[in-house]
Amino acid sequence: MTLADAVAIVLFFGVTAYAIFGGADFGAGFWDLVAGGAERGERPRALIDHSIGPVWEANHVWLIFALVVLWTAFAEAFASITLTLFVPLTLAAFGIVLRGSSFAFRKAVFRTRDQRNFGAAFALSSVLVPYCMGAVAGAIAAGRVPSGGKTGDPVTSWVNPTSIVGGVLAVTVCAYLSAVYLTWDAKRLDDPEMEAYFRRRAIGAGVAAGVIAALGIVVFYSDARYLFDGLVSRALPLVILSGLCGVGSLVLLVRRANHGARLLSVGAVASVVVGWGVAQWPYLLPESLKVDQAAAPEGTLGAVLVVFALAAVIILPSLALLYVLDQKSLLAGEGVDEGPAPGD
Amino acid sequence: MLSDLLTPLAVNPLPWARAQMAFTLAFHIILVPLGVSWAAMALIANYRGIKHDDADALLLAQRWSKYMAVTFAVGAVTGTVLTFEFGLLWPKFMGRWGDAFGVPFALEGLFFFTEAIFVAIYIYGWRRLKPWPHFWTGIPIVIAGIGGSVSVIAANAWMNQPQGFTLNSAGEIIDVDPLAVIFNKAMPLEAAHMVVAAYIVGGFLVASVYAFGMLRGRNDRYHRIGFIIPFTVAAIAVPIQMGVGDQLARWVYQNEPEKFAAIELVPKTGDDVPETLLGRLNADGTKVEGGIPIPGLASILSDPGTGTGTVVQGRDAFPEDEQPTVRQANTVHLAWDVMVGLGTFLFLLSAWYALSWLFRRDYPRSKWFLRIASISGILAVITMEAGWVVTEVGRQPWIVRNYMKVEDAATGNTGVWITFLAVVGIYSVVGVTTILVLRGMSRRFREEAGDDETDVPYGPSARPEEVGAR
Ligand code: HDD
Ligand code: HEM
Ligand code: HEM
Repeated sequence: MTLADAVAIVLFFGVTAYAIFGGADFGAGFWDLVAGGAERGERPRALIDHSIGPVWEANHVWLIFALVVLWTAFAEAFASITLTLFVPLTLAAFGIVLRGSSFAFRKAVFRTRDQRNFGAAFALSSVLVPYCMGAVAGAIAAGRVPSGGKTGDPVTSWVNPTSIVGGVLAVTVCAYLSAVYLTWDAKRLDDPEMEAYFRRRAIGAGVAAGVIAALGIVVFYSDARYLFDGLVSRALPLVILSGLCGVGSLVLLVRRANHGARLLSVGAVASVVVGWGVAQWPYLLPESLKVDQAAAPEGTLGAVLVVFALAAVIILPSLALLYVLDQKSLLAGEGVDEGPAPGD
Repeated sequence: MLSDLLTPLAVNPLPWARAQMAFTLAFHIILVPLGVSWAAMALIANYRGIKHDDADALLLAQRWSKYMAVTFAVGAVTGTVLTFEFGLLWPKFMGRWGDAFGVPFALEGLFFFTEAIFVAIYIYGWRRLKPWPHFWTGIPIVIAGIGGSVSVIAANAWMNQPQGFTLNSAGEIIDVDPLAVIFNKAMPLEAAHMVVAAYIVGGFLVASVYAFGMLRGRNDRYHRIGFIIPFTVAAIAVPIQMGVGDQLARWVYQNEPEKFAAIELVPKTGDDVPETLLGRLNADGTKVEGGIPIPGLASILSDPGTGTGTVVQGRDAFPEDEQPTVRQANTVHLAWDVMVGLGTFLFLLSAWYALSWLFRRDYPRSKWFLRIASISGILAVITMEAGWVVTEVGRQPWIVRNYMKVEDAATGNTGVWITFLAVVGIYSVVGVTTILVLRGMSRRFREEAGDDETDVPYGPSARPEEVGAR
């Protein structure tokens, strides 16, 4: 394995982590969006707020991580992607601003009207951002991003069958992941009603994600041939693994084994994302830019790997601490003079 | 097809890209000092609170951490936008230089990650963690804040002093020395100057809120501590900053003479160069018009050893297209005057405060002191923004000094003017809302002030049944 391969793996590690942690967060925004009016949606929204409160910021640093690795180690790929996919990336950036700030604002205000406005901005952008990210992934996978300083079509590069599949799949997968997590959280907080509420939604979203993924493979056959070929050869084991995990998680959900369902749902999503990477290997931008062509000099790659090793030593334990404290409900409140619960 | 329909909307992206970059950076940088120094100030209050059983200090620390949750979130999302923008606005810059320029950012990612994690633990840990362990979870925030800003500044300093790479004959990077990139020559002083600035701006901003409160008659102990802690931090940092700034200016004189010529508004090379307060270059850049010249001062400050005999290179020493234009030079000089002028003003304010402590063991009780203190936050922000204009506009026309010009780095995307307008719109709303939300929180805290005692920190929640619902 060359240094470039190692850094490409690190990059995909970041993308996968973002899909899992950031994805669950976005999905929570999706459920917030469809939770209904202020009264009907009050309980699910309270649960959503409670679950993502402490960890959302950390979850999204994975995006920064992936972007920084991409631009440092594979600068040409980064430049090509941003040149061609200007529109969806700009929309995603705006969505991130709206989402992050309105989520923080919503927690800080107590008037129902304000909460509702911020909540709406939060929820809408939670759908917009993963759609754009999925569309970007679709555009890359379908080979619509040329390399070498050329600009691909500013519109059709991301408005095309593969990108649409990518976008819709991303939104659905986020919703699925998040519903599974929320089922588990509701159970942990002893709220059987919400547990059932999110279990139904988890199963629905899981089935939808499976159907869209299957349809996607058909679309890829005609629209993204390199990806398709990879998915049915090199990446086939991962595709199968993802399917098995997905079905398994649904079975466990029905049998109320929430913990196992959560693990399997993560497995299903992770193997899809990794499968995408394996399917387009050895290309970063299919059929125009290979991993080793795009790679930075060794000094830079070495630095990225060293930083990654440092991250493993410093950040993984810190993250573990954060999630453990959170799961033990030790991060229950900001300050002590909490205001009334949302919707009061 | 659709793209053909869009052609009438096509506008040269370069000025818009610059404007957008400058606007989003200028916005982000206001939140940065809060992210870097507020946690430190909250920890000082937190420490007092636990160690000396000081309920007011503890309450301050808690409330500050709640405000921090908001400013940190806005800082994080605006920072994320910057990350996108490097590619969206300057793809050729990133494509060609990302190999080197990216390295400090990889390190920065490490610090931000740590910061985000511990901010979450600290902010949400008040109720259930034990006092001292909770206090310690705040320390990594302070360290990561400093480390993070040093790494970002290393990237900026590298644009001023690019080094640590080897080019082939086609001008492509073929080898990178990551340590030489991070520890480039401009980095140590620039980083020190910014970290100190973060403590100055953060300190004055927080202090000014409490100064304002005291002017409004809220003269209780809680407000006094809320004023004294941050103001002291800032007042200690200001004199340090004067020293660092002085070094930095001399460094620029030695290493970036074309920027120095713009800073000091020097049209012609020579000795005995005056320090001109205000004033501007005439249209063809040959003469300084207006302003108050202080004879010889620029020469003396550039090298006190040789005094007024110090030769300063003027704008005539550099090719027209390798230094800021006349307009840019005027901007740089004005920004310089603003930074140094306001910096000196803040220094005098800090000296007033220090003398009062020295002789009266108290902060100055004069209404005028509080009035000035209540705008010190805004003044400090302006000082910092002006400093950045000196650095950034003074680097023009280069994006990577002596290697790549800004015009060669920009995206070809002709719709940038639209994204610029959208950015200004969105950020204005976010900025105004942030202030309104913070004010709303503070008002609510005051109204709730009565029941603070019922809900003691570090104890079981007074409303345990609510925890589940939230
Ligand atoms: C509140 C903050 C503050 C204060 C009081 C000062 N500065 Fe400053 N200055 C900044 C905040 C700042 C900054 C954080 O905005 C900059 C922009 C880039 C940087 O590293 O620091 C800066 C840049 C900057 C530069 C340009 C560096 C470069 O382009 O490489 C010089 C020469 C100085 N400063 C010098 C001074 C002097 C002589 C000061 C004394 C009065 C001073 N600064 C006060
Ligand atoms: C680490 C920090 C920073 C980095 C890496 C950085 C990088 C850049 C880049 C790449 C550009 C575009 C190229 C150019 O016009 O030269 C730019 C321009 C600019 N930046 Fe910065 N910047 C940083 C901090 C800031 C801050 C905090 C401000 C605050 C005001 C600022 C103000 C500007 C301005 C005014 C311009 C436009 C200059 C012009 O075109 O005349 N920068 N910066
Ligand atoms: C062009 C330059 C810059 C980029 C690309 C950038 C990027 C970012 C990003 C991505 C974040 C969010 C990290 C997270 O999610 O925790 C962030 C926040 C932050 N940035 Fe920047 N930044 C830039 C300029 C600066 C400068 C000049 C400084 C300091 C001197 C700085 C200091 C910080 C700090 C301390 C935070 C933590 C969040 C906060 O407290 O507000 N950044 N920045």
